[in-house]
Amino acid sequence: IIWLIRFILIQNRAGKTRLAKWYMQFDDDEKQKLIEEVHAVVTVRDAKHTNFVEFRNFKIIYRRYAGLYFCICVDVTDNNLAYLEGIHNFVEVLNEYFHNVCELDLVFNFYKVYTVVDEMFLAGEIRETSQTKVLKQLLMLQSLE
Amino acid sequence: MPAVSKGDGMRGLAVFISDIRNCKSKEAEVKRINKELANIRSKFKGDKALDGYSKKKYVCKLLFIFLLGHDIDFGHMEAVNLLSSNKYTEKQIGYLFISVLVNSNSDLIRLINNGIKNDLASRNPTFMNLALHCIAFASEIPRILVAGDTMDSVKQSAALCLLRLNRTSPDLVPMGEWTARVVHLLNDQHLGVVTAATSLITTLAQKSPDDFKTSISLAVARLSRIVTSASIDLQDYTYYFVAAPWLSVKLLRLLQCYPPPEDAALRSRLTECLETILNKAQEPPKSKKVQHSNAKNAVLFEAISLIIHHDSEPTLLVRACNQLGQFLQHRETNLRYLALESMCTLASSEFSHEAVKTHIETVINALKTERDVSVRQRAVDLLYAMCDRSNAKQIVAEMLSYLETADYSIREEIVLKVAILAEKYAVDYTWYVDTILNLIRIAGDYVSEEVWYRVIQIVINRDDVQGYAAKTVFEALQAPACHENLVKVGGYILGEFGNLIAGDSRSSPLVQFNLLHSKFHLCSVPTRALLLSAYIKFINLFPEVKATIQEVLRSDSQLRNADVELQQRAVEYLRLSCIASTDILATVLEEMPPFPERESSILAKLKRKKGPGNLPDIDDARRNVNGNTEHSEKTETTNKVTLVRTASAYLLNLNSTPTAGASLLVDVFSDSSTLASVEVSDENFPRFVCKNNGVIFENQLLQIGLKSEYRQNLGRMYVFYGNKTSTQFLSFSSSVTCNDTLKNHILSTSSVDPIIEGGAQVQQILNIECVSDFTDAPVLNVQFRYGGTLQNIAVKLPVMLNKFFQPTEMTSQDFFQRWKQLGAPQQEVQKIFKAKHPMDTEVTKAKILGFGVALLDRVDPNPENFVGAGVIHSKNTQVGCLLRLEPNTQAQMYRLTLRTSRDSVSQRLCDLLSEQF
Repeated sequence: IIWLIRFILIQNRAGKTRLAKWYMQFDDDEKQKLIEEVHAVVTVRDAKHTNFVEFRNFKIIYRRYAGLYFCICVDVTDNNLAYLEGIHNFVEVLNEYFHNVCELDLVFNFYKVYTVVDEMFLAGEIRETSQTKVLKQLLMLQSLE
Repeated sequence: MPAVSKGDGMRGLAVFISDIRNCKSKEAEVKRINKELANIRSKFKGDKALDGYSKKKYVCKLLFIFLLGHDIDFGHMEAVNLLSSNKYTEKQIGYLFISVLVNSNSDLIRLINNGIKNDLASRNPTFMNLALHCIAFASEIPRILVAGDTMDSVKQSAALCLLRLNRTSPDLVPMGEWTARVVHLLNDQHLGVVTAATSLITTLAQKSPDDFKTSISLAVARLSRIVTSASIDLQDYTYYFVAAPWLSVKLLRLLQCYPPPEDAALRSRLTECLETILNKAQEPPKSKKVQHSNAKNAVLFEAISLIIHHDSEPTLLVRACNQLGQFLQHRETNLRYLALESMCTLASSEFSHEAVKTHIETVINALKTERDVSVRQRAVDLLYAMCDRSNAKQIVAEMLSYLETADYSIREEIVLKVAILAEKYAVDYTWYVDTILNLIRIAGDYVSEEVWYRVIQIVINRDDVQGYAAKTVFEALQAPACHENLVKVGGYILGEFGNLIAGDSRSSPLVQFNLLHSKFHLCSVPTRALLLSAYIKFINLFPEVKATIQEVLRSDSQLRNADVELQQRAVEYLRLSCIASTDILATVLEEMPPFPERESSILAKLKRKKGPGNLPDIDDARRNVNGNTEHSEKTETTNKVTLVRTASAYLLNLNSTPTAGASLLVDVFSDSSTLASVEVSDENFPRFVCKNNGVIFENQLLQIGLKSEYRQNLGRMYVFYGNKTSTQFLSFSSSVTCNDTLKNHILSTSSVDPIIEGGAQVQQILNIECVSDFTDAPVLNVQFRYGGTLQNIAVKLPVMLNKFFQPTEMTSQDFFQRWKQLGAPQQEVQKIFKAKHPMDTEVTKAKILGFGVALLDRVDPNPENFVGAGVIHSKNTQVGCLLRLEPNTQAQMYRLTLRTSRDSVSQRLCDLLSEQF
């Protein structure tokens, strides 16, 4: 039994990828295919549907914020709600860090978004859940040259 | 906190990104990118050495271009150079570029490793973290993890890094001496460190549970402190008034690596924790926000998983069930979905099965009203899991009516479920016939051959249902458009039993014949062949239609049919009807004799269960595995497989009249187990190749059930002895012998009480170790006294080499690379064989997974093929193994290829697996 996040994706409604973080080896073609499949699976669902969707041998836990879909791919036996709130926790950190985050922040600061992800998730596991601790660390890194 | 300005620090980057965003067309974008690439290339090639800032900026631009979906074939060296910068921002971009763009087989890996090593040694926590986040390898990590002076955030990264290494290459970082100190991280002050450490320990504990046993008490203690804390105690780790939800979930997952704690005090402390969590679910919410309830319920669902995993506290199981029952009607779709899913596993526990059943109306309602197909799917699963004899009629009826509107994607599965349930719980066979005909009417395309073979077999064997079946198919065939499967069943049944309804003028022989023949031209060749046989049977049953039928047989479209089979039948049947006397005709075309009841069929098993022994009426899958917590999906596959096997066995008999000899042979086999012989019983052995639980042996007195689990080179087998009689077994004893003690080794056997009460069941635990690869399985010898006679039973235990598999995921590229490396002739074993069972993709998948390897999706260029990979763990060595199964549906053949580094392993695995299809 392996429990880990396979990948994290942030996409907008048009299917543009705003962040892709992979925790499993895929080749580039495969990554592109996954990105497209996830987009197709997630965007057809409406608010009355669950935030979980079976995907190949895994499942996607996703949440929509304005025009952006935040998706985490995990094993079918994993805890759905824990990852659903994991996403929200991450979004709250982004919101604080970028002061009311919007899609453009993620575009222009893509390399910083990766830093935020790495503070909160690592090696496919949840690394740090305290918003205070993460933001303190990000602030410290921000001050470095 | 300062707001982050757009692309701060790198103006050039921000300008470039804006340019790209302003591009009106794809062409403009490509043009702008090419211009930038040329510019960067010239900068990198230029004579002037670039400063760190420019290098960072250009590498960052390349990264952005890559993320837009364009190929990048340069700049790697510059990125690696950034690693040695002593400015954080430059280093960070360097690491980011590497982790996004460089894969582990690049030539640059040595240079990168150098950079990482330097940063790990730097004692600068920020740099250490960067390195850890990107890590490729390092044996320094355990030291960093437990060293007293390491900063917390570095410890967190180190723990997860180690976990990653352990998953990819476990031998690289031997844990040995660090084990105890790593476990103690569960006591760390910093909850972030505990969170990361819990993940690490969970992974390690799955591999070597005994080494990490001490983590149980620490995890329980930690959990207990969290759940009893006031919500403000944990400050930073409180999320919407819920104390450390993610850590709680992780701790509960860690505990699921182990059985319930043996120590009574510890056990009761854990029970208290679980009760507290259940109690909290009943308290009024501290916030109306969905985040609050989600976080709280994340912990609750994980606690319920643990309760189900332990399957030992009836009160907790029933409480869990009640809680889930409340969620079934919750307004949040997420909760309804999760409750249905979780309840499915609860249904298979004997303690909570009845409690689950009380929710049947709600579940049926969910099937009818839920908007999300995945929720409805869970409802179907749950209905299937909760079905038993008391509610089968209702559940089958609901599933049938749902089938009319069900999504195409799940129809086939529902059909199988209905067919299994209808047969399994049929008391009244007219109900069974109705159900299957309904299935064909509603979803004919999804009804496989096995299902309709089965209904014919049952009708032929039960004369009380034959008249009813004839009448029902006759009526069903009236429909202007009916499915071909119905024509097949109709043709067969009317050919045998049409006489039973011929008295009614509305279904006179001629009417029956015309009805059947009206469908003839629309059917495929096999169906037409079947109908021709039905016609000749009609000639025997009803002399009055002989002339009409002969006319049909004589027509050019029959006698000169292009299909050889049809032509031959027409010619032969016509001749037969002309030359044979009535007596001969009556003998040749006599009604089919009953099919022999085989001990292996589900039906026979069911009847035996209902026989004089009268076992309590619970689902047999559930009883066999003795209240284990196997997910219902698994039970389902087992059933599916059995059904398929039974049906194909009968297929033989559909085409040829079973002879007395054949049934005798069957009797000999079925009785052998009841004789008090010491011949080793191995008839069920092959059924355990791809599964771990079930009944390995059963006779009139005793049932032996198995439940086993394997981790790496170790296994544990729970053997359950059930006394089926009402009398005591005396002097009961059991022992295990291995022919090959050097290779597979029974480490210990727990003792069994010498007396087993009537109707009682006792359990014995065997610990098994795989020392090196082996072929011979151990034998279980059982002895007891029943009513004065000594009973001796010997059973081959299903301990096979493939049980020690650990699945390995890999990409297509890796797979074929390794495949090539294992190309030596003695490493490969290949077998080509005929399919013994219908070639069903899903069943095959389930079998390969059950065999223990990872099923690699989209690896083989041919999507029909199956490929798998895994590692066999023995004490002495590990053997990597790749397999490939190529079905040829046209020829009904398979080709199975095994490649491992050891010829004996390839051979054994190939032998085991090839018998399964």
